[in-house]
Amino acid sequence: MEISTSTIGSVVVATLNGDLDSRSAPAAQDDLSALLTDQGRLVVDLTAVPYMSSAGLRTMLLLYRQAQRCECRVALVGLSADLRTVMDSTGFLDFFVVDDSVEACARVLEEPAEEEDDGRVFH
Amino acid sequence: MDAYSTERIDSFPTERLSGYPVRPGRALPFGATLVPGGVNFSVYSDASTAMSLVLYHRGESEPRAQLPIPAEYRIGSVWAITVFGLDCEDLEYGFRAYGPAEPGPYDRFDPRLMVNDPYARMMSGRDSWGKDAERGLPARYRSRLAFDDYDWDGDRPPLIPQSDLVVYEAHVRGFTRHPSSGVSGPGTFAGLVEKIPYLAELGVNCVELMPVFEFDELDNPRHDPHSGARRYDFWGYNPIGFFAPKAGYAASARYGTQADEFKNMVKQLHRAGIEVILDVVFNHTGEGGEQGPTLSFRGLDNSTYYMLTPDGGYYNFTGTGNTLNCNHPVVRGFIIDCLRYWAAEYHIDGFRFDLAAVLGRAPDGSVLANPPVLESLAKDPVLRDCKLIAEAWDAGGLYQVGGFNDYMRWSEWNGRYRDAVRRFLKGDFGAASEFAVRLTGSPDLYGPQAPTASVNFVTAHDGFTLADLVSYNGKHNAANGEDNRDGENQNNSWNCGAEGPTDDPAVISLRRRQVRNALLLLLCSWGIPMLLGGDEAGRTQHGNNNAYCHDDPLTWLDWDLAAEHAWLRRFVRYAIAFRRAHPALRRPQHRPAGQAAGWFPAVSWHGTRAWAADWGAHNRLLATMFYLSEPGGHDCVYLAANAYWEPLTVELPVLPGGVIWHRFADTAAPAPDDVAEPGNEPPVNDQARIRVGERSVVALVAHHSPFEKAEK
Repeated sequence: MEISTSTIGSVVVATLNGDLDSRSAPAAQDDLSALLTDQGRLVVDLTAVPYMSSAGLRTMLLLYRQAQRCECRVALVGLSADLRTVMDSTGFLDFFVVDDSVEACARVLEEPAEEEDDGRVFH
Repeated sequence: MDAYSTERIDSFPTERLSGYPVRPGRALPFGATLVPGGVNFSVYSDASTAMSLVLYHRGESEPRAQLPIPAEYRIGSVWAITVFGLDCEDLEYGFRAYGPAEPGPYDRFDPRLMVNDPYARMMSGRDSWGKDAERGLPARYRSRLAFDDYDWDGDRPPLIPQSDLVVYEAHVRGFTRHPSSGVSGPGTFAGLVEKIPYLAELGVNCVELMPVFEFDELDNPRHDPHSGARRYDFWGYNPIGFFAPKAGYAASARYGTQADEFKNMVKQLHRAGIEVILDVVFNHTGEGGEQGPTLSFRGLDNSTYYMLTPDGGYYNFTGTGNTLNCNHPVVRGFIIDCLRYWAAEYHIDGFRFDLAAVLGRAPDGSVLANPPVLESLAKDPVLRDCKLIAEAWDAGGLYQVGGFNDYMRWSEWNGRYRDAVRRFLKGDFGAASEFAVRLTGSPDLYGPQAPTASVNFVTAHDGFTLADLVSYNGKHNAANGEDNRDGENQNNSWNCGAEGPTDDPAVISLRRRQVRNALLLLLCSWGIPMLLGGDEAGRTQHGNNNAYCHDDPLTWLDWDLAAEHAWLRRFVRYAIAFRRAHPALRRPQHRPAGQAAGWFPAVSWHGTRAWAADWGAHNRLLATMFYLSEPGGHDCVYLAANAYWEPLTVELPVLPGGVIWHRFADTAAPAPDDVAEPGNEPPVNDQARIRVGERSVVALVAHHSPFEKAEK
């Protein structure tokens, strides 16, 4: 698992390369967490992740919770159809901004935050 | 943070076993628990002489390692070991239990077999519904860890008062498996989520899910005698993993996220204001009788978990081959731990106990006066807000409806309500007076408790659907593969003049009326009403009254049929809304302390003449007035149910000035005039008397007259 980073405006883009499973997840978790900044913006590009296990899913969920704590917004790009189905059926998809391209995600993240637009109260 | 707060001495192994760093484990809690750096495994087995922990990597047929648990790791009858450095995600495990060299008469140890952890929080082996391939593997079930780290996002249980519940019994797979459901994950927890708007529109506020603990749907050797099609254990009253959600019900089981998917379903139902009750089976296990497979309990401690005859055979009070020994302290603890886990970890709102009379039996099968397990559940701190509902009978002849040890806490499936309403509806001689008692919360059975001790129902998964109850005199179960011997013979059903499908408009019209009569009476009865899911959509099983074994359109809800029955769904929706609008129908107590002075008694009985009920056995008219005086005003509902085959003219009770009768429902009228939107009921023209059609029910409500309202 390799993670490279770039920026689009104020948005940090993390590009993952390789399988995200129970072996690679702990290191990926640390690397991604380090990219979270207060009120920051992070796009996680999973286009080059051929396989993600439930450990990978948990990595994303933990990232979401960490991001909430520092009011950082996170978006996911490149979810496979299969993974999208799994995230949908478990309700995890609701937690993330998801779009088709890194640029589209970056645009969404740079818009003013609508914290409660889905009616949920954040804690 | 300093090192003292993050590094624990017990997060280091003390020795290596089969290549794995280990240390003596903690005896409690039972099961596999994540601890710093490792996993603590703890299993109860009293008579065993040795125990090995068997570790698999997911997807591999042979174990990676077997760790003989050192004798000094045993505390009492508990084997406990902490193992470090495991890949928890892909870990599957089990145990190999060794018995004494000379086995006792009750022992069933078989160290050749890997047996599962009774506390396994997930199980693999049946990840895809109905796939034979998985079944052929050695050790076809394996125990797995669950992370129990679900993000509930502020979920709160709805805590709906029992008197306000309207229960909808459903089968997870049957609910959305039909191609017409149009959901993305047919037959799954996720599929059910997509249909929450349907449930919310209907107005039910509680779903009771048929068994969701891991079971083997392929554990049925029978076939259709004509087509040869395989028969399943579709219903799942055959649990193997009591702590494990059924993986085959999850669209995401291949990712091992069935627990998360289940929790999302609960969360979404709660958001819609709908509670979740689980139908739980603690009367037997899927290990069956003498010839059944050794999967877990039997191989760990046969005489603890099962009720055994003096010569070591299995008592069979359940009709399934074995009987769980519920009042053994270890099994009692197992049941309580399991329910606490579902309540705390899955946010479950209540439990319905299958064949709950078994929970009142002693290890030798005799009936206990004060069954400890029932008392423990009634007073359990974690389960305080959970509804507890007993199916208060078993297959050993113990029938305890009204006599179940309820500790003023349990409710019961009121089988006598079901029988009485059915007999009344078909116009049986002498049925009206018993149904009067059932309609008012069965005070003969639940007088000291409350009407909510009675879960009222006309139909449930066992037996005919409502559409079939009015279309078949006899059961039609040949396709179950048992020569039509299986299934209940005493159905109190009536086909309305033709057996099965018919073109006769008179028969069809009568059936439609009878269906609405049943639903209206159910939803106006004191107690907790339970609908069989699909009855509102005209679901038929073509006369099969024991469809446990069909995984096909016979048991799947046909959503096209639901669309065709919009008239019936509208009727049910309004009847539920009517119940919600009228506290007089939802009495929390039989005899409210200090009933405020008002117009009428809480319940009064009438006949063709007001205030003059006829209790003769020939009478088939039940006219009831429910009344409640509240600080906010008066609530008054009048119900006239005519099970006679001729119409009757019925005198109405006189209301106080300025208040007049309005008609909520008249099942003799064709849709859409059969029912009105609650709150917008039309006034009754003749306030002195109404005509109640043959085999029809009329429901009236007292409102201020429109004229009076206009004056204000």
